[in-house]
Amino acid sequence: MSAARRRVGVLALQGDFREHLAALRACEVEGVAIRLASDLEAVDALILPGGESTTMAHLMEPTLKQSIQQRAAAGMPVMGTCAGMILMAREIADGRPDQQPLKLMDIDVRRNAYGRQIDSFEADITSPAIGGSAPAVFIRAPQVSQHAPDVEELARHGDQAVALKQGNRLALAFHPELTPDRRWHQYFLSLNGKTR
Amino acid sequence: MNDRKGTWKVKAGLAEMLKGGVIMDVVTAEQAKIAEDAGAVAVMALERVPADIRREGGVARMSDPGLITAIIEAVTIPVMAKCRIGHFVEAQILESLGVDYIDESEVLTPADEEHHINKHVFKVPFVCGCRDLGEALRRITEGAAMIRTKGEAGTGNVVEAVRHMRAVTGAIRQLHGAGPEELVMEAKRIGAPADLLEETARLGRLPVVNFAAGGIATPADAALMMQLGCDGIFVGSGIFKAENPSARAKAIVAATTYFDRPDILADASKSLGKAMRGLEIGAIPQEELLAGRGW
Repeated sequence: MSAARRRVGVLALQGDFREHLAALRACEVEGVAIRLASDLEAVDALILPGGESTTMAHLMEPTLKQSIQQRAAAGMPVMGTCAGMILMAREIADGRPDQQPLKLMDIDVRRNAYGRQIDSFEADITSPAIGGSAPAVFIRAPQVSQHAPDVEELARHGDQAVALKQGNRLALAFHPELTPDRRWHQYFLSLNGKTR
Repeated sequence: MNDRKGTWKVKAGLAEMLKGGVIMDVVTAEQAKIAEDAGAVAVMALERVPADIRREGGVARMSDPGLITAIIEAVTIPVMAKCRIGHFVEAQILESLGVDYIDESEVLTPADEEHHINKHVFKVPFVCGCRDLGEALRRITEGAAMIRTKGEAGTGNVVEAVRHMRAVTGAIRQLHGAGPEELVMEAKRIGAPADLLEETARLGRLPVVNFAAGGIATPADAALMMQLGCDGIFVGSGIFKAENPSARAKAIVAATTYFDRPDILADASKSLGKAMRGLEIGAIPQEELLAGRGW
């Protein structure tokens, strides 16, 4: 499928999904808001946005959750940013007992690991995936406590891996959608389906 | 490390993450957990909900720091707290407690009748209420990173929130096509900084996230405010003054996400028990109206 004709879903239950849709427009890709399982049929890839992971987990219908897992297993690329990264995890440390992640990547995450809002920050993140450095916004961000050997660390900040890739799945602890730099979205769009 | 904390991007960014969500007033750690379980994106830690403040009267101040700390420890979602208009020391105390957002709120008794807090000097972000576009832009120029309608808190009556939201969106629509010299005159007329008004005209919306607050009591109220263009919902007295707070909280969360789906709203609105008893705005003495506090 040509890049111009791709349709990329953005989970639109809560959070900054409009910023991801705007980022996709800037990349000349059609974005589709996803709230129900049936919405997922129209898309080739999926972004899980920033927001409150507990709220999104609460609002995610079991059928939507199953559909995301099935489509991902069939090769659909998925990117999660911040809360989206938490949703993609294998295990959530210090999470709520009823908060079952989608288990799309073999990463274990800790919520709000940098502290409260006054500890939220901006920093420049360097990665070969984007061919250099880009400003990144970390808001009550999660950290990855451990991950499987085949999970690739694409970027680090201090002693933390903040961008990770496993097959065609991408997890970012920060919010590329809040900056005008589109290289992380372009990198995600370059990950093809069925390569996992 | 070259980490930049307390920047505008970080402050306004947290509000972006709250969009499409419901922020609920809570007065105990137990209520905070009920709110989190129901899918709240944040809680507002208070000693009394607005309906009780309105009923009991007297000076309403910042809540007991012990209560706020207990609520912070009880939940994993962001915790907000209110300080009085102009009371920058209450704000300093809330910041030191680790509160994630401060609401400089007309629901509490104002501490300064002329000045709002200079919010730029804080690392913690602020949300402020407004009744119209000029008031929203004045708060943003003072450093508010998030705006909400004032509505009329503690009434369970959505009419004032609707009035304030329509005033903001209507005024923004009228900026469309205005030339630079006209925008300067309009800025002067509504008492707003010209640069922020120009930015608003260019964006076609407020430059920060705008929530609805003040009188929201039902899932339909929440969906109404979302369809009028709000980014999310504050519910004060509407949840814990209702017969079944947990069911109502969940229903308002669902209604905020599926605000444009009447079939889902109908389902969410079923069998919730009694809503809080509402107040007619006209029946409230003028001096007891909260929205008139601040300017």
